[in-house]
Amino acid sequence: MPSRTSSWFSSPAEAVTRLGDVGYLADGSTALTTYLAGALEKPVLVEGPAGVGKTELAKAITRATGAELVRLQCYEGLDEARALYEWNYKKQLLRIQAVDDGQAWEETHGDIFSEEFLLTRPLLTAIRREEPTVLLIDEVDKTDVEVEGLLLEVLSDFQVTIPELGTMVSTRRPLVVLTSNATRELSEALKRRCLYLHLDYPEADREREIVLSQVPGLDDAVARQLVSVIGRLRELELKKSPSIAESVDWARTLIALEITDLSDKAVADTLGVVLKHSSDVDRAVRELRLKR
Amino acid sequence: MTLLDRHIEFLEALRGAGLPVSLSEGLDAVTAMGLIGWNDRHQVKEAYAATLVKRANQRATFDGLFELYFPRMIGSGMTELFSPGSAEAAGVAKDGPEALDEFTERLAEALQADDVEMLRQLAAEAVARFGAMPGRGPGLSSWSSYTALRRLSTDELTSRLIEGLQQGGWTNEEAARAGTRRVDRFAGLVEADARRRIAEEKGPEQIAKIAVRPTIEKLDFLHARRADLEALRREIYPLARRLATRLTQEHHAHRRGAVDLRRTLRSSMSTGGVPVDLRYRPKRPHRTELVILCDVSGSVSNFATFTLMLVFALREQFGKVRAFTFVDEIHEVTSYFKPGADLVDTMTELTKATEHSARMGRTNYGRAFSLFQERHADALGPKSSLLILGDARSNYSDLAVDSLRAMAESSRHAHWLNPEVRTQWDTGDSEATRYGSIIEMRECRNLTQLSEFVHDLA
Repeated sequence: MPSRTSSWFSSPAEAVTRLGDVGYLADGSTALTTYLAGALEKPVLVEGPAGVGKTELAKAITRATGAELVRLQCYEGLDEARALYEWNYKKQLLRIQAVDDGQAWEETHGDIFSEEFLLTRPLLTAIRREEPTVLLIDEVDKTDVEVEGLLLEVLSDFQVTIPELGTMVSTRRPLVVLTSNATRELSEALKRRCLYLHLDYPEADREREIVLSQVPGLDDAVARQLVSVIGRLRELELKKSPSIAESVDWARTLIALEITDLSDKAVADTLGVVLKHSSDVDRAVRELRLKR
Repeated sequence: MTLLDRHIEFLEALRGAGLPVSLSEGLDAVTAMGLIGWNDRHQVKEAYAATLVKRANQRATFDGLFELYFPRMIGSGMTELFSPGSAEAAGVAKDGPEALDEFTERLAEALQADDVEMLRQLAAEAVARFGAMPGRGPGLSSWSSYTALRRLSTDELTSRLIEGLQQGGWTNEEAARAGTRRVDRFAGLVEADARRRIAEEKGPEQIAKIAVRPTIEKLDFLHARRADLEALRREIYPLARRLATRLTQEHHAHRRGAVDLRRTLRSSMSTGGVPVDLRYRPKRPHRTELVILCDVSGSVSNFATFTLMLVFALREQFGKVRAFTFVDEIHEVTSYFKPGADLVDTMTELTKATEHSARMGRTNYGRAFSLFQERHADALGPKSSLLILGDARSNYSDLAVDSLRAMAESSRHAHWLNPEVRTQWDTGDSEATRYGSIIEMRECRNLTQLSEFVHDLA
C-alpha cells in the first residue's frame, strides 16, 4: 500500500474493532467512512438527528487512535478571532510600554507580532500540532456563512495565513470531523470538500448492544422490550424523537427504579424520561394504548 | 464495458437524477475504490455513498441507481445452481402449481424468520421463475415484478405471516404491523430485481430515466404516490424547523436599524461633540399576519395538505394566522392551528373539517371569494399577507374578479401559489392569467419551490 495509509486505520474492519474496543459500536458505513477519512485525509461531515452519537464518534476516534482532540464548538456569532487566532493585545501593550526609549519602532513592531503574543484558537492549534490530532468542529450548521468560508480554506489546504507571521501549513494533517443537525443547509462548496456520513437511529439489535454496553446490570429481556418501545416511538411523528442517549437514560432509570419488566404501566410512568414535549407524551400514550 | 466507463455512466445517471456530483467528488470516489478494492460490493456501495451523496434524502435515489449500475448478480445468479432447496435440485419443474406451492412454502418460512439475505435470493428467484414474460415484442420489458407478485398472492402470504407471528407470542397489533412491513419489503426486493433484469437487457441508462424516482424535494405534489406522501410529510416538519431557524438567524443579522441622530448627538456631549459612539434605532420586528385561502377540492388536496402543514409549523414566524378552506363554500379553520398542538392530530382534524367547505362539491372560486368578502372581509388589513392556494380551475363559473381585487387591495401583500405546471395554465377551465393579473401567481410544485416561497414571504 502507498504511504497514504497513514497512522489512522489500516482497513474498515480494523476501524470496527478499534472503535469497538473503546466502546463505540460502529456499523459498516460508519467504519468505512472513518477509515476513508483517515486514508484520503479528507474531513468527514456527519449529519443526523440529535443524540445518535455524532460527537461521540469523534471522541471515539480520538480514544481509539491515541490522538488528541481539539474541539471547536460552533455557535451563532462565532468569528475568526474565536475560531482561528487572535493577538494578545494586553500583553502587546505591556511590551510596548516596557521597551527603552531608544528602541526603534521597527524592532518593537517585530517584537510584538511574534509567537509570544499569538493566541491560537482551535483551528490554528489543530493545524500546528505535530502529534496526531482529531479536530472536531461541532454543530457547524450553527455558524454564520462567513465562518463557513473560513473553514473552506482551512479544510482544503490545511493552512492558515497570518499576515504578520506568514502562512502556516500543517505538517501532519488532523483528522477532521464536522457534525451538523442539518438545521441549516451547508454550502455545496463545503460539502464537496468533505466525505459525507449520515448517522441515523440504529437497528434494534445494535441499539440493544449499545444500551447493554452503556448500562451494565440491565437485564437482556428488558433491554429488548425497551428497544422495541423506542422503535415504535420513533415511528410516530413526534416533535422530538427519542435518541440513543434517551434510550440509555431510560435504561438507567429502570435500573434505579428496580423495574424488571417493562409493562405498559411502567412505560407510562417513566415516559417522561424519553419524551420531552407534553403533546408527544399524549400522543404516545394514545398510540401505544397505555393507561395512565 | 470497462469499469471506468461504468463509473462514469453511474456519475452521469446520478447527475441526471438531480444529485450535484462534481468532478472532484468523482475523483475522490476513484481514489477510495483504489484503497478498498472492488471485492466487497457492500463496501463499494458505502464508499461511493460517502464520497458522492451529500444529503440524507438523496440516499434513496442513490441506492436505486447503484442497484442498476452495479447489479448484485447477472441473470438468475448462482443461487439456483447451489442452493440445495431450489427447484432444479429437487427435480421440480421451473413453473407450475407445484413449483409455486413449493416456492411459497420457502418464502413463508423466510418471512417468518425475517432472514433478509434469504429473502433477497428468493426475490431474485421469484422474478426469474414467475416474473418472466418471454416472447413479448421488442421494446416491451420481458420481466415483470407485477406478474411475479400476483402469482405469489402477497395478501395471503401477509395474513399467514401475521397469524404465524401471533402464535409466536406477538400482540395482534404488533404482528399486523411487522407482517405488512416484511411483505412490503419483499415486494420492494422483487421490484428492484425486476428492474435489474430489465436493465441488464436494455442498458441501465434507459431504466434509470424511467424507474428511479426523483429526490423528495423535486417530487411533484400532484403526482405523489401514497408512500411518497408519507415521506413528504416526514420531510415537512424538519423543513419548517430549518426555515424557521434560518429566518431567525437572518433577522438577527439585520437587527441593527438606522442611525438615531438625536441620541448620537446627545451622547457626543461627553466627548466634546465628537460622535464617537453611533447610536442606532432599534429595529422593530414587524410581524406579518397571514391569511390563507386554501382550495381543498380533490384535484389539489395533496398540495393543500402540505402547505397547511408548513404554515402550521411556521406559525411562530407570523404574528397571527387565519386559515380558510374552500371548494365552493368558505370555512374558517383557524381554530385548528392551536399552538403546541400535535401536528398529526391537527392535520386529521383539519381534513375532517374541510368537509364543510363543499356544498355542491365542485370548485367555484368566484363563489368562495364573494362569500369571503361577505363574511370575513375584516380578516384582511394593512398588516396582513393574503395567500391563496389553488389551481385556479373554477369549472367555468363566474370568477368574481372584483371580490378578489378588493381582497388584494385591502391586504399588504397578496400571493397565489399554483401547484400546476406553468404550461398547463389557461388550458381547459384554468383561469390562471385572469386571476394572475390581479394577484401575482407562482408555480409551486415541490418542496424546493415551497420553501423558497416561504423564505421570501417571512
